[in-house]
Amino acid sequence: MTVKSCNYTTCQTTWLVVLRVAIGWHFLYEGLIKVVNPGWSAVGYLLDSKGWFAPVFQAMAASPGVLSAVNFMNQWGLVFIGLGLVLGLFTRLAAWSGMLLLAFYYLSHPPFVGLNYALPAEGNYFIVDKVMIEFIALGALSLFPTGKTIGLDRFIFRK
Amino acid sequence: MEDKNKNIPAGSGSKINRRDALKGLATVPVLGAVAYGVYKKKNYERFLKTTIADELGMSREEPATPAKSEGKEIRIGLIGYGIRGKQLAKALGFAHPTMVDSWIEAAEKNKNDLRYADFKAQDDLNVRITAVCDIFDTYGTMAQEMAANINREGTGGKMGEPVKRYLNYKELIASPEVDAVVIASPDHWHGPMIIEAARQGKHIYCEKPMTWTVEETYTVRQAVKESEVVFQLGHQGRQTDAYLKAQEAVEKGVLGPINLIEVTTNRNDPNGAWVYPIHKDASPETIDWEQFIGPAPWHDFNLERFFRWRCWWDYSTGLSGDLLTHEYDAINQILKLGIPHSAMSTGGVYFFKDGRTVPDVLTTVFEFPKRDLSLLYSATLSSQMSRGKRVMGHDAYMEMGNTLTIYADPRSTRYAEKIKQGIIKPDEPIYSYIPGKGADTVTSATERYFAGRGLLYTYRGGKRVDTTHLHMKEWIDCIRSGNTPSCNIDQGFEEAMTAHMGTLSYKHHKQVFWDEEKEQIIV
Repeated sequence: MTVKSCNYTTCQTTWLVVLRVAIGWHFLYEGLIKVVNPGWSAVGYLLDSKGWFAPVFQAMAASPGVLSAVNFMNQWGLVFIGLGLVLGLFTRLAAWSGMLLLAFYYLSHPPFVGLNYALPAEGNYFIVDKVMIEFIALGALSLFPTGKTIGLDRFIFRK
Repeated sequence: MEDKNKNIPAGSGSKINRRDALKGLATVPVLGAVAYGVYKKKNYERFLKTTIADELGMSREEPATPAKSEGKEIRIGLIGYGIRGKQLAKALGFAHPTMVDSWIEAAEKNKNDLRYADFKAQDDLNVRITAVCDIFDTYGTMAQEMAANINREGTGGKMGEPVKRYLNYKELIASPEVDAVVIASPDHWHGPMIIEAARQGKHIYCEKPMTWTVEETYTVRQAVKESEVVFQLGHQGRQTDAYLKAQEAVEKGVLGPINLIEVTTNRNDPNGAWVYPIHKDASPETIDWEQFIGPAPWHDFNLERFFRWRCWWDYSTGLSGDLLTHEYDAINQILKLGIPHSAMSTGGVYFFKDGRTVPDVLTTVFEFPKRDLSLLYSATLSSQMSRGKRVMGHDAYMEMGNTLTIYADPRSTRYAEKIKQGIIKPDEPIYSYIPGKGADTVTSATERYFAGRGLLYTYRGGKRVDTTHLHMKEWIDCIRSGNTPSCNIDQGFEEAMTAHMGTLSYKHHKQVFWDEEKEQIIV
């Protein structure tokens, strides 16, 4: 995927950066809260998985080794993706990694008819849920990059 | 809002000017805001936690991991190799090779099925099963093969020396090769077997309920007290971590005055209603029917009565003896209630109209006026709606099972100030205890019931252990050390009399009383 230099108005840049920072904030906070709670584990979430890929996610919960790797990668993945998006550091890599994590969340808990989860949802979702919208938003951000304008990528990718 | 510098090529030139620095670092302050948010949240949580913890004074430790069982090998005689006998043998570290095969197979199919791994990891108690007794030939032979499986292996594994099968429990008890007996016979045989073992100086682990009749309860107590034997009654709930925590909560007055306790049985499958499978090999030729009848009224050979004996008063103590006793003992452990002042039961055979004489719906209310307390037991064998164990205090109520959860009462006196300040929220637990948050799949509704009741597994040092194993381990350790187990003959006497009061009230359709002076039930 190649994206040539983009010409945005200040207003366009501002909103794109606000969207990037907001998603980054969400990732970073989710990650930090898990990191500072030593008892946190994805086990309950994984076991509650439903839909086509449920056996895969439940198998992750079954093996203590895999589970601790999943826990580690999830919490630090969230933190680093969050940092990347907020700071505009390796922005596109952060967006893609974020999409990968979100895809896992979506596939483990798809909002399909007939699937009910232990954790209650705060809204009503059918196929499209907030995870999917965040996924799509990151997809858009990866194609409308702002890190080199407002962000540390400005220093890294200097010509 | 047009900006002439809209397209800034990533850093123009090699020098970083002020404009570049500002734009490049523009979002850094956001990190400060996130960090401040996390800090505030953690601080607030810590404040709530320590304030509530100081108020409650509950310890934070998990119950200690018991020390490894050491000392000389203890030789055990197992009486009865039915459903419970198999579970008790497993808790001692012995299983029939075909049973081990089935666990291995189950684990291959389902990674969450940990029965094989748990069994292999279970502590070695340094015991040997040197004698077995079952009056059904097939079970007797299987028990011999189980006892020889000293390496916990499947079919084709290396077995130990063959073990002798006795046809009569008295011969097993008298055997010089037996130091201690495990009794897993039908209820009507518990009393006579305990008495015989105590008189022969053999240590005893007996399944609940302790006795089948009121009269034999006195004799059992006397025989055990006059002997030197270590006696443990099979209420493995004594080892459940959450109950130990519940006891601490009650002792520290976290709940305030407790006036009502509700305990329940909620089962809804034939197995849970004692309609057990009938073995294909069973016949008058393979079963010693006369010995089965024993002290019970005579009845001609009947396979249903042999395998589903819990359905008839002739051999059973019904819901009172089988399931109320577990609930009562859990509460007696926590509150040291002793024998109730009165009991009043109602119920009937409402769902399983299969010829049984014991009720499948039962409600019993026990009064403890000296403690200003009522204990309500409510049981059904035709609905699985989980109602838990609830201890209701003026200041807080507690739900007990494998986990323990305590909620403050919105009208509590003790917590009124903290509720007003918003520190204690009545809709959030003020204390909860979840031992080892492992993944677990349980196989049947009855097993789920047991797991939920804290009757199957508990956790020590992060490791999943069978409570029955811990309960038997405590007994074995006491035999070696001369200490008294947690469910000894005095607790057994209280358990048996309480259950008998419930049963007598049901049978006589009236409230029955306990005469504390004379130690008698007054009907």
